[in-house]
Amino acid sequence: MSAAPVYVLSRLGRSRGADVVLDIDALEVAAGEVLCLVGPTGAGKTTMLRILAGVEAPSSGELRVRGQVLGAGGLTLEQQRSVAMVFQRPLLLDRTVRENVAYGLAVRGTTTKDEQHALVLAVLRRLGLEAFAERRARALSGGETHLVALARSLVLDPTVLLLDEPTANLDPARVTVVEKVVRDARDERGTTVVWATHNLFQARRCADRVALLLDGRLVEVASATDFFEAPKDARTRAFVRGEMVY
Amino acid sequence: MTEALAPIVVLSIEVSALALLISGAIGIPAGAWLGLASFRGRSLVRATVNAGMGLPPVLVGLVVYLLLSKSGPLASLDWLFTPSAMVLAQVLLCLPLVIGITAAAVAAISPELPLQLKSLGASAWQIRAAIVREARPGILLALTAAFGRSTSEVGAVLMVGGNIEGHTRVLTTAVVLETGQGHFATALVLGGWLLALTLAANVAIVRLHGRAPA
Repeated sequence: MSAAPVYVLSRLGRSRGADVVLDIDALEVAAGEVLCLVGPTGAGKTTMLRILAGVEAPSSGELRVRGQVLGAGGLTLEQQRSVAMVFQRPLLLDRTVRENVAYGLAVRGTTTKDEQHALVLAVLRRLGLEAFAERRARALSGGETHLVALARSLVLDPTVLLLDEPTANLDPARVTVVEKVVRDARDERGTTVVWATHNLFQARRCADRVALLLDGRLVEVASATDFFEAPKDARTRAFVRGEMVY
Repeated sequence: MTEALAPIVVLSIEVSALALLISGAIGIPAGAWLGLASFRGRSLVRATVNAGMGLPPVLVGLVVYLLLSKSGPLASLDWLFTPSAMVLAQVLLCLPLVIGITAAAVAAISPELPLQLKSLGASAWQIRAAIVREARPGILLALTAAFGRSTSEVGAVLMVGGNIEGHTRVLTTAVVLETGQGHFATALVLGGWLLALTLAANVAIVRLHGRAPA
């Protein structure tokens, strides 16, 4: 990790009642890297992404975003607008696909309608969704909804893209498209990506680094090669071999 | 009767439309706030508003009458037995409907949606606006219910309007009068107009929903 970190997490905790759902001792996310979060359901991946996205507050510890400590008010609007998240269960507005994808651009107010239209069509084309532009978003399938949710984040050209299992409902061809689009965002735009996935093959294909979360704690963070080929922790070895019993 | 019918129909539309307009202008923002706000006692406020949906019209009529009567606090308005008094009574009857149904529609939106909109860079006000827009079918239902109540209401408008021919007589009070005088055919004609008015308003609201920008 040579680039300055986008996020620095120190003793970051999140509790719900008596349950500790996240307890990260230390983690840095470098600018321009793809960090894949893996781990079983309930390991804390989603909670961590939601905290990074500024939609959930940590209960304890410190989160630095580009060097600035996250205050009690959460991310500032400016910080918020540099981050975009694709949620595990994305909710689209009761509008057309095109209007949904344009939403983030519209609320920023920095582009004209014509510019928004062009940007939206371009991102829909990249994801193979151009034929869906005028469809009602609520009439889409689960996989299509995920793709539209990805499109409405990508169109914003965010500095940080947070992905919570965006390919869970997609067929292999669509998965390939999404992986390419995300890698392109990193390679061409320098986008930092934190990506929660259950698909270890996907993590191996796309990640610069991989982090294993178990019961809200970080077990191991390593380059994708080291993580899969020379894991240090016995639990990581068991996890990548599919031997772990939760 | 035919000559007298036009002003009755026109006044019915005017009073109901004005009451709907005022109820919507106050009730939609109030209902949206109630649906979105989080404060101690919110459930109690919502329960009170919901109870207001069943306000007895004669009680509202009595209260408005007392407010506007010569010894009432609003006597200086000189509204008693005028269309303004009828509008005021109808607004009081319609407001709980608009506030209550709007609040329910807004509160029914998934609490996850504001977070997802926030993650797309929306400000707090932009999120509120989007949620109210998502609740549009419920808000239109609120307006439909309010218009239905205002057009069909008779007790309160009779008390505060006085059913004065050519001045405060509307379709509902005219039906009561004609029935009382045994003019059933005339009462039925007036009832038909009342139904037509309600149907036309509902068609307009449904079309408005269909045409509204998505």
